[in-house]
Amino acid sequence: MPTQVNFDSLDGLHTFPRLLFQHAKVRPTAPAMREKHLGIWQTWTWSDVAERVRALACGLASLGFKRGDNLAIIGDNRPHLYMMMSAAQCLGGVPVPLYQDAVAAEMLFVLQDAGVRFAIVEDQEQVDKLLEIKDQLPALEHIVYDDPRGMRHYNQPFLHDVHELMEMGRIHDRNHSDFLNAEVEKGHFDDVSVMLYTSGTTGKPKGVCQTHAAFIAAAQGGAQVDKLGSEGDILSYLPMAWVGDHLFSFAQSLVCGFTINCPESGETVMTDLREIGPTYYFAPPRVFESLLTSVQIRMEDAGKFKQRMFNHFMDVAKRCGGDILDGKSVSGGDRFQYWLGNLLIYGPLRNVLGMSRIKVAYTAGAAIGPELFSFYRSIGINLKQLYGQTETCAYVCLQPDGQVKSDTVGAPAPGVEIKIADNGEVLVKGAMLLKEYYKRPDATAESINAEGYFLTGDAGFLDEDGHLKIIDRAKDVGKLSNGAMFAPNYIENKLKFYPFVKEAVCFGHDRDMVCAFINIDVGAVGNWAERRNIAYAGYTDLAGKAQVLEMIKTCIEEVNAGLAHDAMVADSQVHRFLVLHKELDPDDDELTRTRKVRRNFIAEKYKVLIDALYAGKSNQFIETEVKFEDGRRGKVSADLKILDVKTFPIAKKAA
Amino acid sequence: MSRKIGDVILDLQNISLRFGGVKALTDISFNIREHEVRAIIGPNGAGKSSMLNVINGVYHPQDGKIFYRGVERKKMEPHMAASTGIARTFQNIALFKGMSVLDNIMTGRTLKMKSNMLLQALWLGPAQKEEIEHRRKVEEIIDFLEIQHIRKTPVGRLPYGLQKRVDLGRALAMEPQILLLDEPMAGMNVEEKQDMCRFILDVNDQFGTTIVLIEHDMGVVMDISDRVVVLDYGKKIGDGLPDEVRASPEVIKAYLGAGH
Repeated sequence: MPTQVNFDSLDGLHTFPRLLFQHAKVRPTAPAMREKHLGIWQTWTWSDVAERVRALACGLASLGFKRGDNLAIIGDNRPHLYMMMSAAQCLGGVPVPLYQDAVAAEMLFVLQDAGVRFAIVEDQEQVDKLLEIKDQLPALEHIVYDDPRGMRHYNQPFLHDVHELMEMGRIHDRNHSDFLNAEVEKGHFDDVSVMLYTSGTTGKPKGVCQTHAAFIAAAQGGAQVDKLGSEGDILSYLPMAWVGDHLFSFAQSLVCGFTINCPESGETVMTDLREIGPTYYFAPPRVFESLLTSVQIRMEDAGKFKQRMFNHFMDVAKRCGGDILDGKSVSGGDRFQYWLGNLLIYGPLRNVLGMSRIKVAYTAGAAIGPELFSFYRSIGINLKQLYGQTETCAYVCLQPDGQVKSDTVGAPAPGVEIKIADNGEVLVKGAMLLKEYYKRPDATAESINAEGYFLTGDAGFLDEDGHLKIIDRAKDVGKLSNGAMFAPNYIENKLKFYPFVKEAVCFGHDRDMVCAFINIDVGAVGNWAERRNIAYAGYTDLAGKAQVLEMIKTCIEEVNAGLAHDAMVADSQVHRFLVLHKELDPDDDELTRTRKVRRNFIAEKYKVLIDALYAGKSNQFIETEVKFEDGRRGKVSADLKILDVKTFPIAKKAA
Repeated sequence: MSRKIGDVILDLQNISLRFGGVKALTDISFNIREHEVRAIIGPNGAGKSSMLNVINGVYHPQDGKIFYRGVERKKMEPHMAASTGIARTFQNIALFKGMSVLDNIMTGRTLKMKSNMLLQALWLGPAQKEEIEHRRKVEEIIDFLEIQHIRKTPVGRLPYGLQKRVDLGRALAMEPQILLLDEPMAGMNVEEKQDMCRFILDVNDQFGTTIVLIEHDMGVVMDISDRVVVLDYGKKIGDGLPDEVRASPEVIKAYLGAGH
């Protein structure tokens, strides 16, 4: 039984519904959630939220929702969707958030696997998806929707407006006033609180069952390291189905009592970020990357004077910004320059990025480029990394303040034990481990060993300070035909640190050299091309331009030069590459919904290209089917050029 | 299920319009029913825009009668058309490029503002209350058209497809009874066209607005309109349900040329 959690400080309130009602009692008027409606931020206090959760829970109960039922949640981050999570938990049910941008067919598996009887969805679009597959979901009985727009002509009896559900609940609550309290009392901290489906880089998605205790332990541990309190704001814009959002938005907000802010729509996140000015921020590296890219693009368009000022102070920040943030000693001159820079550049820049009030920002999910990482730290944003997976509530390692290194993911978090297996795989143990995979005892047994350690599947090692360093997925680490280690992710990340490279896929296992597929970043390369008067029609056209290929080639050569200095990976220099004719896309199954490359799938789909790379051809024709957002299909074809890249003699071996 | 198509709201009888010796429209009669989507199609120079301008009161036909809700319409200026509940969008977008999306849509509310200019300038009492109400309406339109992310962006910086959407938003801000759309889909890509179609149908469905649209793209027109008028060289050559019109030999001839 995972009972190491210290519940003393929580007065025995150890399920999420109890935490919620406790907040409603202790801080009834403090803001719990905000959402922008008709251009104005609307606030729900903790007592508002508690009242609505109560109504929703009673409403669900009157529709027949029972202990142990699963509730599918599909949509963007909306207060009512978060409230429904709590409502299901009140009744001892399990919320199952799904990725909202998935097409109906992709949702089908999860909905069937979880045997979902009830679903809450955001809007008409999601209702349509469910109706499309409803005949394959005999268990699905009721669908509740949040946004009534466009729903006027839907008169199916199993569709309910969320407000209608709340009204039903309020009536139910009046008639059975003890019902809900009793249901909440029945909840136990070892009950499953949420089921999150793994994105499925391998095989079918698996439902990860996490208990209240696990998520509360993870949320508490994180809050302890970062000294989070009830004052603060988080912008909740990452998919609700993702473990990170569940930990940071849902679990930590309920543990600490800070405010969840839901953006108006997917496109307004940047504006909303500026308006809210969150104190606590989480984003995957690609978001930080695209923010920096947009800053760089705008700086390139700025006047000469501004550019010089920017470059000067960025050099100052690079020199001493990180040290100042870590509280290390810095010379008086630098301190003054940094102060001036803060006034003229860093402050306004933080403001533009919406990061003026940030106390802690986290990134995880993929490796972050050292330069990118230190850029944010140098301008005074306390950006840190963490490491974890769905199975561990995204809570294994955290970087404590003052001990932040760009190439490690930090020290084991409070209550977490880490062990490195003989094959280099990272094993973890603690209160935050999953209870089981839903209906998959085989998978559960496979992933937790006899000593109770969870097998992360990541290869890594602990450095001299006890910080964990992750190299790659354990199964992705391969060998070149000469026996040298080949860690594709490591090289791809190095490539992706260039703003022009959006995605890279490297091949080399059991081969005599490393070759790569590149996806260019349309924004950055497009701007670069415009500056040089290169006209282009779209991605495919731009990707085929000789100048673009040359430019990418220089980037790769720089990477090769860097790799040549590191004996471990010097043999993995990229020898040949091509720029793909289409962007890798989760809709075409090439990326997971969390935008990780599905290497094997890509290798199979583009086999002709790989063969051409290794056969030494200089070009290859390819035609690929693509799926559009609305489900229609089309074809993209191109004649791709393959370029050779200069490689460098291996420094260490030569010496 | 669907909205009910009502009585004739606008009846055009034997309209002829000449510019000097050029006959733009010759003896054209058709009507528009309440809550329907009515399309006017035809090849280039068929007189579609002229027809729209006649409805809107920009051009005054030399012959013919126009009945609006059963009452014969006298010679009328465009602003009078606006105040009787006819709004329009333009083929070549006519927005204030330097103003934000929000302000542009707000201009559509001008006719509905009652307080005087001085109060508005000083943002006093009734003017303030009024503006907040109008802003709410505008925000509802922004929400409806899903353009929240560009609310504060100057229109000139937006791509064409979005400008068209803003143009529609401004027309909607008048809460019109009849909405005239002049080639709302021109110059758009497939995805933008689909979005626009959805918005047009949503407007028609949710607000019950009667829609008259001119369009080049036959496919789009046939999919979304209830009835279609076909013009060619200023003459009416077809009128009826989309399928009837599509099958009419004269229409095929006008579109594809003789021999087909």
